[in-house]
Amino acid sequence: MSVHDHKPEIDAATGVGTTGHEWDGVKELNNPLPRWWLSIFYISIIWAVGYMIAYPAWPMVSEATRGVLGYSSRAELAEEMQVAAKAQSQWRDQIRDLDLTEISASPELARFATRAGKAAFAVNCSQCHGSGAQGAIGYPNLNDDDWIWGGALEEIHDTIRYGVRNDSDDARYSEMPAFSEMLEPKEIKSVAQYVLSLSGLDHDPNQASQAVEIFADNCADCHGEKGEGDVEMGAPKLADAIWLFRGDSDSIIRQISTPSHGVMPAWGEKLSPTTIKELTIYVHSLGGGQ
Amino acid sequence: MSLWAKHEKIEKNATLLLVLSLVVVSIGGMVEIAPLFYLENTIEKVKGMRPYTPLELTGRNIYIREGCYVCHSQMIRPMRDEVERYGHFSLAAESMYDHPFQWGSKRTGPDLARVGGRYSDDWHIDHLRDPRAVAPESIMPAYGFLEQTPLNLEHIADDLVANRMVGVPYNDEHIANAKIDLISQAQPDGDNSDVDALIERYSTPFGIDPEAPNVSARAFDRDPEDITEMDALIAYLQMLGTLVDFSDYEPMADANLR
Repeated sequence: MSVHDHKPEIDAATGVGTTGHEWDGVKELNNPLPRWWLSIFYISIIWAVGYMIAYPAWPMVSEATRGVLGYSSRAELAEEMQVAAKAQSQWRDQIRDLDLTEISASPELARFATRAGKAAFAVNCSQCHGSGAQGAIGYPNLNDDDWIWGGALEEIHDTIRYGVRNDSDDARYSEMPAFSEMLEPKEIKSVAQYVLSLSGLDHDPNQASQAVEIFADNCADCHGEKGEGDVEMGAPKLADAIWLFRGDSDSIIRQISTPSHGVMPAWGEKLSPTTIKELTIYVHSLGGGQ
Repeated sequence: MSLWAKHEKIEKNATLLLVLSLVVVSIGGMVEIAPLFYLENTIEKVKGMRPYTPLELTGRNIYIREGCYVCHSQMIRPMRDEVERYGHFSLAAESMYDHPFQWGSKRTGPDLARVGGRYSDDWHIDHLRDPRAVAPESIMPAYGFLEQTPLNLEHIADDLVANRMVGVPYNDEHIANAKIDLISQAQPDGDNSDVDALIERYSTPFGIDPEAPNVSARAFDRDPEDITEMDALIAYLQMLGTLVDFSDYEPMADANLR
């Protein structure tokens, strides 16, 4: 039986009709929806119609209606990128056109390049070299004075641009032979002691002295007679307390026997030349730049 | 009886309310979803897209099995901050062979849509073994066990068949050679491996020049002796976002605007 079959009962206290429902003597008032709410509801419907005309909406035969405003999120992005590029162009155009020494000689440009380089570093480089460029085991620390491939501006630039031991033709490349195939385990052990002695770390002087000749014959060509390293060869300096891998005798023995070789992508294939210059200026500024 | 009184009938009849709600939702679905299947500009026309190789597909299955998508999205949105961080925004074409897609809606870790080629294989190995070894701030779990788990090759052809059923253009040759293609990609120097045939199968049928293929074969986990789940996962990660040839893509062309 519908409530509309009867005249609605009026609640005495409020003067509002009831729905006719009753639960244990409690009755439900039949208040109308608030007018402000209803108005917004109807306005929303009208708004939606306008929206469908203004923006891409209705699917037709081969594509959706594009809307009279011609809005496109991708075009909007392109415009936004252009505005941002324009805002930075007074510096970035110069960075693009000048060479690295000229950029670092201009305090204003160097400051911009360092900041921009830091941002690009956080996005692209920090995963291996650490967010503070402190490196990790197998990934060089960029704050110190040790450079595997050179710490001058041009050298850093080429390392970033072409990378190390990747597939690109210009990548820096070196490969330390696996000495487990050339030397006896005992000899490798004594070379490790000798390498420790080069950096003035705890070592067995007897074993180390046995390895002087072995080192001169096998290692000195790349790492230098005193373990000073060679950036032309990508041979790390051994005569200091900075280690790419670990600096204990077991790890040194492992690296001599079956060396690990780090790989770095050729960032020139992914980043713009300007960004690579900015990264160079930033890395050079970290403390070890030569 | 007014219209309002008729509405009261719907309100008082739960079954009728349910049926009519379904009708309304279906209309919404038909208008919003169905046209995407026939509109010509849903998927951009690009060069370089191809279905996943068997090794990449198994890597993708491991990605899904381990729930990587819970923390990592694969969808770079067309916004300046995302494009500057991750690279070109994702195209619909780039997930046209994804079943299911891995777009995701939550980023605890970074977006992975263009992680391919960004880091070395060694980095991926170090990072999967112990994420903190390379990124001290990381909260990602370690996945070193993948390196010890031999890859299960038993169902790889079935996997391709299942993907073909939902529209991925694998042909009979792909399916017949699924297992050998997988082995060739992970062990290019293996006795039975034929990398050239693998490259041919995953380039020419999809309009890719076999001289400039986008399939890469190597011992992804640095150990050519056996094929592990680590090989498959890294093969998949190193391919992500690298297929489309963007030198040929015009972002502002009318057909590519959305």
